[in-house]
Amino acid sequence: MIWFLAKGLIRDRSRSLFPLLAIIITVTLVIFGIGFLEGVMNNFIKGEAVISSGHVKVVTRAYKKESNQLPNDLALFDTNYIIQKLQKMYPNYFWTPRITFGGLLDVPDKNGETKEQGPVFALGLDFFSEYSRQSEIWELEKCLINGQLLKKRDEALISTKLAEELGLSIGNYVTLISSTMDNAFTTYNFNVVGIFNLYKGQTDRQMMLVDISGARQALDMEAAASEILGYHHSLYYNDQEAITMRDNFNITVSDSIAKALRDEESYYALSYMTGWNKISNVKKRKLPKQRTDALSDNQMYDNAEEWSDLFVEDPAIFSPTMIALRDGSQLGTMVDFSNVALSVMAGIFLVIVMIVLWNMGLMNGLRRYGEFGLRLAIGESKGQVYRSMISEAILIGFVGTLIGTIFGISLTYYVQEFGIDYSEAINQMSSGAMIIPNVMYAKVTPDLYYIGFIPGVLATVLGTMLAGLAIYKREMSQLFKELEA
Amino acid sequence: MKNSLVLFFLSSFLFPQYGRISANDIMKAMDENLNAKSRIITSKMIVKGRRSSRTIESKNWVVGTDLAFTEYLSPPREAGTKMLKLGDKLWTYSPQTDRLIQISGHMLRQSVMGSDMSYNDMMEDRPIEELYYATIERSVKVDGRDHWIMVLNAKIKGLPYPKRRSWVDKEYLLPTKEELYAKSGKLLKTASLKGIKKIQGRWFPSKFVYKDELKRNSKGTEWIIDNIEFNQKIPDSRFSKALLRK
Repeated sequence: MIWFLAKGLIRDRSRSLFPLLAIIITVTLVIFGIGFLEGVMNNFIKGEAVISSGHVKVVTRAYKKESNQLPNDLALFDTNYIIQKLQKMYPNYFWTPRITFGGLLDVPDKNGETKEQGPVFALGLDFFSEYSRQSEIWELEKCLINGQLLKKRDEALISTKLAEELGLSIGNYVTLISSTMDNAFTTYNFNVVGIFNLYKGQTDRQMMLVDISGARQALDMEAAASEILGYHHSLYYNDQEAITMRDNFNITVSDSIAKALRDEESYYALSYMTGWNKISNVKKRKLPKQRTDALSDNQMYDNAEEWSDLFVEDPAIFSPTMIALRDGSQLGTMVDFSNVALSVMAGIFLVIVMIVLWNMGLMNGLRRYGEFGLRLAIGESKGQVYRSMISEAILIGFVGTLIGTIFGISLTYYVQEFGIDYSEAINQMSSGAMIIPNVMYAKVTPDLYYIGFIPGVLATVLGTMLAGLAIYKREMSQLFKELEA
Repeated sequence: MKNSLVLFFLSSFLFPQYGRISANDIMKAMDENLNAKSRIITSKMIVKGRRSSRTIESKNWVVGTDLAFTEYLSPPREAGTKMLKLGDKLWTYSPQTDRLIQISGHMLRQSVMGSDMSYNDMMEDRPIEELYYATIERSVKVDGRDHWIMVLNAKIKGLPYPKRRSWVDKEYLLPTKEELYAKSGKLLKTASLKGIKKIQGRWFPSKFVYKDELKRNSKGTEWIIDNIEFNQKIPDSRFSKALLRK
């Protein structure tokens, strides 16, 4: 029966070709549209994650509070130990230390005196570790315009914009003028070995990338880092998972470390109290707890009035705390907005396409009223005619959707690999606050393999079913009247 | 006679006398103690950070406000770093980079090695009398010693602290505490001068404690003078850029 219907469809092109083409085009558009939107959103989030936030990151509580000032005096110590612990707790993620710092880059003339000077925003990334994925996630091989990747501690990669601003080229050396983590003045020489362009608008305008070992040497931050960034091995951001991890870490690790630090510091501070030795051991155990609670109430800093003679900064401000990508400025809103926007846009797109295909099914059915009348006249039952119409619709819808899905996914995959370049438009938007990629990439996601069937098959069949209802309303007398005409 | 009496009352109202000494006399006396044509200082700076303290030793050669040369002696990371100030220009040299770098003028107001002191605090030596108008606010006792509280307002533009409030010890004729204000009246720093002793015929503090009031959680910086020589002949070559690399 199906083969019989299929042969009918192939022989009568007016019944098959136009509907098939319409379904192929609309399904292709649906798949590419949704794939492109998902790709753009995913790239946007990935760009933020790679450059600034990670999927999650660990910093000290004090650093979190003052992070816009890049306060490396509040950096994490003993980062290897923290990373080992994080790897054990969350094996689906990889963890990498980073030092973020600012300063001036000084370019010498032939006598070694200042020729050019300009501000620099620098990142010390872990490129040299055995399992480092920094070059991969930054896509540095793709972004490198000139030169080579880092091989030594005192080498640096600089952005094309910074190179142009300071008149730098490969092989030049520059002196970083900055502050150590003790806020002392420091200078350090870096050799420029590569020039890159991240293709993300103004984000890399003053950017320099160095290995974290060089940054540690320059800023006197041995075994320390501003932050430890965590990425899911798949590099796909799962908002819910990141939030759960953050809450789990902050309750189980961060708070317990904070309490231990406060207890220890409280006991130590109180031991300087006049008459401490005369206080009973029972009271000695209670007092630090009271003080710890007081510190905790003040959240960040000690209450100088209450403990004026024992003034000490709350030690808990140096305990590590985890931040999810959505906790960064505007990122939470952005993630929520992108999820809602994606659903709304995909929904509207689907509805429009469904209406078009539904209408097409309806029109197709109406156009064949004469044929149905004849078939009823020669003895076919209404049910048989109705079922054959629906079977044809399913056949056309399925074949059309299949071909449309193949075209749609191929197109999406092409744009996923090569992207669409918006460089000129993006560069005109000079804001450095948001990381906007110059090249928009699509993303082939699992839902693209089946989403086309909703409009392609369902809408066509529903349209046909609606049109076919008229068959049941037909009276024999009306039928013969139509045939006579 | 009548006119003389009026003049006397007017002058005592306009120029209040405290124990037959005027505010200008006090400033002159302070300058005699604190200022010299030149100074050679070996000092220690204890910077109390939020996590730890650091001690930085240095030697300074200072002539007036325009010429200053500093060489850091320790810790090892800082040792060998030199700074030269010529007017409002500042050059620095660090042996690690072997570079001579000019730092812009505004850096003179920035912190020295993460401390609460600025390069101006450390390097400038110019008579207060030339810079400020002074008035005596009142007399007070601090730690059992008689003090005047003086208010100093800038005579010239561009000073790092356009207003100061000083607690001046009546015997030593030296401030033991100072509040340093911005033009807006915002308190920028406080300074305590301690360990006053007689050095080369003048009273001079051996320890300064600076606290940057704009830094939240600042625990202050101690500047301890280990050795100071006044009015020594310092050759011009000391203030040459060539010496930075030597």
